Amino acid sequence: MNEFIFFFNNVLISGVVLGSIYAVGAIGVTLIFGILRFAHFAHGDMMTMGGFIAFLLAAACAALGIVAPVPTGFLVLPIAMVIAAIIALGIDKGFYAPLRKRGAKPVTLLIASIGVTLIIQGLIRLFFGSGSYSFFATEIKQLIRIPVPLPDVTRTINFTQPQLLMVVCTVIVVLALHFFLTRTRLGKAMRAMADNADLAQVSGINTKLVVRVTWIIAGALACMAGTMLALDVSLKPDLAFNIVLPIFAAAIVGGLGQAYGAIAGGFLIGFAETLAIFNWAILLRPFKDFVPFALPTDLAVVPTEYKLTVAFVILVIVLLWRPTGIFKGAST
Amino acid sequence: MTQRALILFVGLFILFLAVGWTMGAANTSLLLVQSFAYALIALGLNIQWGYGGLFNFGIMGFLMVGGFAVTFISYPVNGSFWSSEGPLMLARAVLAFAAGALLVVGARNAHRVGIKGGWKTVLLIIAWSAAYMVYRSQIDPAVKYIEANAGWVGGLGLHPVLGWAFGGLLAAGIAYIVGRICLGLRTDYLAIATIGISEIIRALLKNMDWLTRGTLTVSPIPWPTPVPQDLQAQGISIANSFIVARLGYLAIVIVILALIFFLVQRAYGGPWGRMMRAIRDNHIAAASMGKNVTARQLEIFILGSVMMGIGGAILVSFSQIYDPGAYQPINHTFLIWVMVIVGGAGNNWGAIFGALLIYITWMISDPVAQFVFNSISVRTSEWGWGAIPEIQSRASQMRVLVLGLVITVALRFAPRGLIPEVVKREA
Repeated sequence: MNEFIFFFNNVLISGVVLGSIYAVGAIGVTLIFGILRFAHFAHGDMMTMGGFIAFLLAAACAALGIVAPVPTGFLVLPIAMVIAAIIALGIDKGFYAPLRKRGAKPVTLLIASIGVTLIIQGLIRLFFGSGSYSFFATEIKQLIRIPVPLPDVTRTINFTQPQLLMVVCTVIVVLALHFFLTRTRLGKAMRAMADNADLAQVSGINTKLVVRVTWIIAGALACMAGTMLALDVSLKPDLAFNIVLPIFAAAIVGGLGQAYGAIAGGFLIGFAETLAIFNWAILLRPFKDFVPFALPTDLAVVPTEYKLTVAFVILVIVLLWRPTGIFKGAST
Repeated sequence: MTQRALILFVGLFILFLAVGWTMGAANTSLLLVQSFAYALIALGLNIQWGYGGLFNFGIMGFLMVGGFAVTFISYPVNGSFWSSEGPLMLARAVLAFAAGALLVVGARNAHRVGIKGGWKTVLLIIAWSAAYMVYRSQIDPAVKYIEANAGWVGGLGLHPVLGWAFGGLLAAGIAYIVGRICLGLRTDYLAIATIGISEIIRALLKNMDWLTRGTLTVSPIPWPTPVPQDLQAQGISIANSFIVARLGYLAIVIVILALIFFLVQRAYGGPWGRMMRAIRDNHIAAASMGKNVTARQLEIFILGSVMMGIGGAILVSFSQIYDPGAYQPINHTFLIWVMVIVGGAGNNWGAIFGALLIYITWMISDPVAQFVFNSISVRTSEWGWGAIPEIQSRASQMRVLVLGLVITVALRFAPRGLIPEVVKREA
């Protein structure tokens, strides 16, 4: 049983946490693709930027002496999300809207998003250097241990307080997004525009408003995902490059343009990564007295250094097997 | 249009002279060699993107492969590896790999013996896992043994130019595999897929300590021309030896670049280039005229990647150190993209101009930013706001911001580049 709890801690819990981060990030990517039809490469950097906004706000709170029962990172998250949404609107207005007005092809917008990536990254590095920061320099990361009421089980189920809050936040956001997309006028307009932009426009949908709402949602969610990632590990200016690949993989696996697909894809990639680097030999350990031969000690599918490749291998398999993703995605 | 290009190149020449005057001849010769190597890489991307419309975001991977190739070919032989059990164990791993490959190929052809549909998929998955396990069972002990006894495989001690050629060859092989998997994909999928592959290549080369020494880095890698130390031994003063040696290296790079440029330029004007542009502009129409779109795209993808491999090898030879940890997507993928976009996609002169201009901008943004920050810092100190902290490290981060601003401005005001492609239309 101890081995199973080890499996639970190392695979299921970290898979859920990683999956939530990927899912929240991938929703933004997939919404932008659905409405504006281009792959927004700067999303990873918008996440990093969101993380840094939250970090600055948390530092300000600590300086003002505000203490809350939750980590300060979560306390300031709503404000940070609002700021990030405004910045996302500004980025659209300054960089993408002029190109769209000129009737540029989606590929040009994609290249423009690389310019945005470089600018955001340059600004972050200019102000914060290249070191790494932690939200928990002054606070304590509370560890929650739940003992398992079974005989001869010594291990406990472990997770940290931020991890628990992250999952709660993800559930709230996903539910809110679901109700927004299915119950409100604007949400329905967004889905209509993702299905067919021209038809949506002739039926009287205010496409400009839809575009603005898309950026607000994408910016706020990117900020949330970035802050969650920073709370779980640490905050670095080059966080984005390690994260943009699994997030795009999640969005593509789920079918670009499909919000629910992105959530499913995010969890799929998150679990696949933790399952692939888990050392399966540990689960075999209880049987070592019953088999006549020595059991291998290292049975991980891939070594930890190659964690990033897992997302990509899944991506390739999905693209070959079902090019539009698991849920049928938009195709332009 | 020719006049505009001429003026721009004269301006670039003056810029290089100005940089040379302020930074000294030794630094400028270094800049020149590197910028011409980047020009070769930008030509490679120009073929893929400008001629063929293929979105390759994995340039970094091809540069790393080229760098590894030249390290492997030209670094001196590691005697302790060849006299140990290492080669034998590696040979066994290669055999295991071949056996695994046979297994997979066999499973792929299972339909010939009547296994179809779901059963074939099951068989394929089993074959892939079995092949992976067989390979891992042989390579893992070999890796452990080599790293413990010989450190790493070492090089072959051959001429660096052979290494450059091998870099091109290896890049071609990888481009073939990548192209076969990804080229059917839409533009943005292709971008993600190539980013992913370059990240995988980076992860592999960084962690395969037995093959590349990983983060321990390999140096010094020999030059094809005399290195400054050789010239110093012949009695040339230290300051001059660097300039002369680098100019010698530059000569080789320019010869290679000129040769490739000539071939590429000829190809653009010929029927082959016309066909490629037809595929780029409308692949459906081209396919309906009987062109094999997938095969032609694979061809151009491989050709461009060969140039990237050679360019990456030249850069590594020149810096004499192979450090897989030093490769970054910004420096080795996006930089090249900015070069081609700013210069003018589809025009080879534009690609070369963009490469030289952007590389020099990239290199001088650091000292210029340092100068600007220092002057602002003096002002703010006078005003009593205090000096800017950590000017040195901040200034070195400025180049990323400058690169982002350059590409944004270019897309906005010169979307087709400074020296755009000339589209000839017969009336």
